Amino acid sequence: MTDFLLELRSEEIPARMQAKAREDLARLFSAELAKAGLAAAETVTYATPRRLALILRGLPDATGAVAEEVKGPKASAPPQALEGFLRKTGLSREQLVERDGVLFAVSEKPGRDTAGVLAEAIPAVIRAFPWPKSMRWGDASRSTEALRWVRPLQGIVALFGDAIVPVTIAGVESGAATVGHRFHHPGAITIGSAADYVEKLRACHVVVDQAERESIIALGATMAAAKAGLDLVRDEGLLAENAGLTEWPMPLLGRFDPAYLDVPPEVIQLTARLNQKYFVCVDGAEVGALDASQASKAPTLANAFVCTANIDAADGGGKIVEGNRKVLAARLSDARFFYQTDLKVPLEEQAAKLSKIVFHEKLGTVADKVERVASLARWLVEEGIVVSCPSSLGEDLAALATRAARLCKADLVTGMVGEFPELQGVMGGYYAAAQGEDPRVAAAIRDHYKPVGQGDDVPTAPVTVAVALADKLDSITRFFAADMKPSGSKDPFALRRSALGVLALILDNGLRFPLLTAVAPDVLTFFADRLKVQQREAGVRHDLIDAIFALGGEDDLVRLLARVHALQAFVTTDDGTNLLAGYKRAANILKKEGGVPDGAAANPAPEPAEAALVAALDTAEPAAADAVAREDFAAAMAALASLRAPIDAFFDAVTVNDADPVKRAARLVLLDRVRTAVHGVADFSKIEG
Amino acid sequence: MTDASDTKPLSFQAMILRLHDYWSTRGCVILQPYDMRMGAGTFHPATTLRALGPDAWNAAFVQPCRRPTDGRYGENPNRLQHYYQYQVILKPSPPDLQELYLGSLAAIGIDFSRHDIRFVEDDWESPTLGAWGLGWEVWCDGMEVTQFTYFQQMGGFDCKPVAGELTYGLERLATYIQNVDSVYDLAFNDTGVSYGDVFLENEREMSAWNFEVADTDALFDLFRKAAAECENSLSAKLPIAAYEQAIEASHVFNLLNARGVISVAERQAYIGRVRDLAKASCAAWMEKHGWAA
Repeated sequence: MTDFLLELRSEEIPARMQAKAREDLARLFSAELAKAGLAAAETVTYATPRRLALILRGLPDATGAVAEEVKGPKASAPPQALEGFLRKTGLSREQLVERDGVLFAVSEKPGRDTAGVLAEAIPAVIRAFPWPKSMRWGDASRSTEALRWVRPLQGIVALFGDAIVPVTIAGVESGAATVGHRFHHPGAITIGSAADYVEKLRACHVVVDQAERESIIALGATMAAAKAGLDLVRDEGLLAENAGLTEWPMPLLGRFDPAYLDVPPEVIQLTARLNQKYFVCVDGAEVGALDASQASKAPTLANAFVCTANIDAADGGGKIVEGNRKVLAARLSDARFFYQTDLKVPLEEQAAKLSKIVFHEKLGTVADKVERVASLARWLVEEGIVVSCPSSLGEDLAALATRAARLCKADLVTGMVGEFPELQGVMGGYYAAAQGEDPRVAAAIRDHYKPVGQGDDVPTAPVTVAVALADKLDSITRFFAADMKPSGSKDPFALRRSALGVLALILDNGLRFPLLTAVAPDVLTFFADRLKVQQREAGVRHDLIDAIFALGGEDDLVRLLARVHALQAFVTTDDGTNLLAGYKRAANILKKEGGVPDGAAANPAPEPAEAALVAALDTAEPAAADAVAREDFAAAMAALASLRAPIDAFFDAVTVNDADPVKRAARLVLLDRVRTAVHGVADFSKIEG
Repeated sequence: MTDASDTKPLSFQAMILRLHDYWSTRGCVILQPYDMRMGAGTFHPATTLRALGPDAWNAAFVQPCRRPTDGRYGENPNRLQHYYQYQVILKPSPPDLQELYLGSLAAIGIDFSRHDIRFVEDDWESPTLGAWGLGWEVWCDGMEVTQFTYFQQMGGFDCKPVAGELTYGLERLATYIQNVDSVYDLAFNDTGVSYGDVFLENEREMSAWNFEVADTDALFDLFRKAAAECENSLSAKLPIAAYEQAIEASHVFNLLNARGVISVAERQAYIGRVRDLAKASCAAWMEKHGWAA
């Protein structure tokens, strides 16, 4: 058993691509080896900005012989088929093997040296590598057929045991030599084998394992913050990104002018993170780790940042920190300029400018949208769909919701949101609060885009709920009405995400209303599809959602989901399974017999099982209908469950297709009653299984 | 290698001369700036047109860049409507382009044992030139000092071979090397002339002209005339003359944009028009040389 090491060294690989590249390298390589019947006992991958590496442990030195079988015609097949097969395989009839009356061509593929297999696999994997974006370079790029790689490929280390696997691709020849850190150790290093790869690089200032770099950064940044009496704001995304930008990470803490702390913390954090890839810190007195996503409830942001250098600087990093401080100061100075300028302009005045911004060429301006959202938000309140919290006395919810809706998009024309579109809503909330708007209005402006995805907070404050719901419903209904629905992978206006937001707002807040009063039927169907996606994670079966939607007329999503839950509980019981079987049998017979004949009537002389089913239906039908009306869906299911035994008994004892047309017709009537009774609760024909 | 702040740092002009010297000894043609108004060094025909076709081409030059909307009347320490780029184009891209580039930073006094140099993903695209490439923004202690690009397409044509383009932000590099906070405080030379002495009044006046004064009717007219002249040159099979008019149209569009007279809806149409002119000029250049796409 021998280990294999492959290192593909290139100019800097984008941080965001490294994790996927490791996966692809492992996957493509094991696929190539599998073709030769090889598999590694263990596969390890590494990525740094300048290298992508793979170690396959425990490969045999040679592959075993592989017997390959090609299936041919039946032994009894006509001679033409046999001749064709012999021509294809180049064998004679005597060389074929017969098994179970079928002929097979069997060929022995001899074993190969693993090194030879690897030498073929390396270029194959490199050529097939699925970089999200790739490029040509250098003299070879005169041809568009030239090798494409994420950035220029600079070197290949390929060692099987301690022997070089010789390959040449795009002028790069494999060997045992690589380089260390760009500045600490730019010279060549010779790798002995997979066993010394990681440690030899470490000695040359390269931590090749991305997970180790992440923990170095996490620990170093936390300690740097602690040393300054602060708590680091953890951010996993930044950790991975900084690990992807460094081979020898050195977290360094710097300070910025505390005067910038006037700027909202979200702005500081965003510019530090997005533009500079810095961590931020909060004052250490605050207890508990602050999550990056909860910045609005943040403990006080400190005037400190942690940058991650890629070098152990000769002066301890003083100049690096100073340089980074200057860059951040310039960014914060810009941000503060925008913030102070924006604060001076009342949001109402900003909102007036929205009439100059096109929302969509077919849907008018943003000002038009704002007016629609405002009236829809007011309607949601006036219809009693969104109601005040019990504790809020004398609240004029409709007026607050209308006000919030009218201002909710005003921050789109502010300088800050122009600079940082991610801060839409958040900035509007700050400006509204600073300009003396009601705090409920400011909160609604801030949060009306929520929830932005599954897992995001779902607003519960009534003013916010009204505006958030109105905004999303407006986008969905307008784009649908203008025939710009999402299709396939195309959803340019993110309407699917908006629909998930609508569902979450309605379901989490228990908003009861017939959706069809607000949306067209095609939008309701769209919501049904989204509901299936949304509920999948919660383990709700999509076919059961269909079974309720198919009834038609159920457009109250809260009630709909309650029915689905009851149905799901029921169909997994013994009664449910059997009732479903009985239902399907009844439906099949009805279909086969062409439905209920004209002029059919009750059977004047029913058999006992038939009479029992009639009696059971007489009880179950009103019980189920009554339960549905009371929205007691468990009771509705129980009423249906009472039909199970009589239906089973009916099918056991009674022949539907009786010779007497009167009896036959009467029994079809009875089966139709069963189907109708079941459909009073759910359309069982949609249920799978 | 010496560190910028330990010895007397290079003045703005000395830094340029040092770069000229560095790239000259590495085989580049040292050009003077193109005598037209343009938004970036990439517009220089020595970059755009020379990036096309099979011939080797190595050049370095300073290009003044005009970005009317970036004007701040001389009041922002880092934003100017007129600034300098140092542009290097090496075609085909040499295998040691990164090392060559780092050598140029060392030549102007950046000490790699005390500073953190990073290549951070930044893919370049110019919708007005129909061009794109892959590369990085190069960071020095968190500051973007250079755009480093391997051109893949220009004027809609594949670059065969690919050229490497280095675009240094000279003012940024200088504020860094000289350790000053405002570009106007830069030492332009070693005899006491500052960048502000040379350019502050220029920024004030040109910001006012760009934003407030420029006659928009005349600019609209200029745009139309440049576009027409481009077509005229194309029909005379003069791709360089045609491309000059594309540069002119692009800058006039930027001025109209700064004057705030181009609506959001019209913007795309104007950009598309400039792109068509630039692409047609590139196509004519390819055709004139008999180069296949």
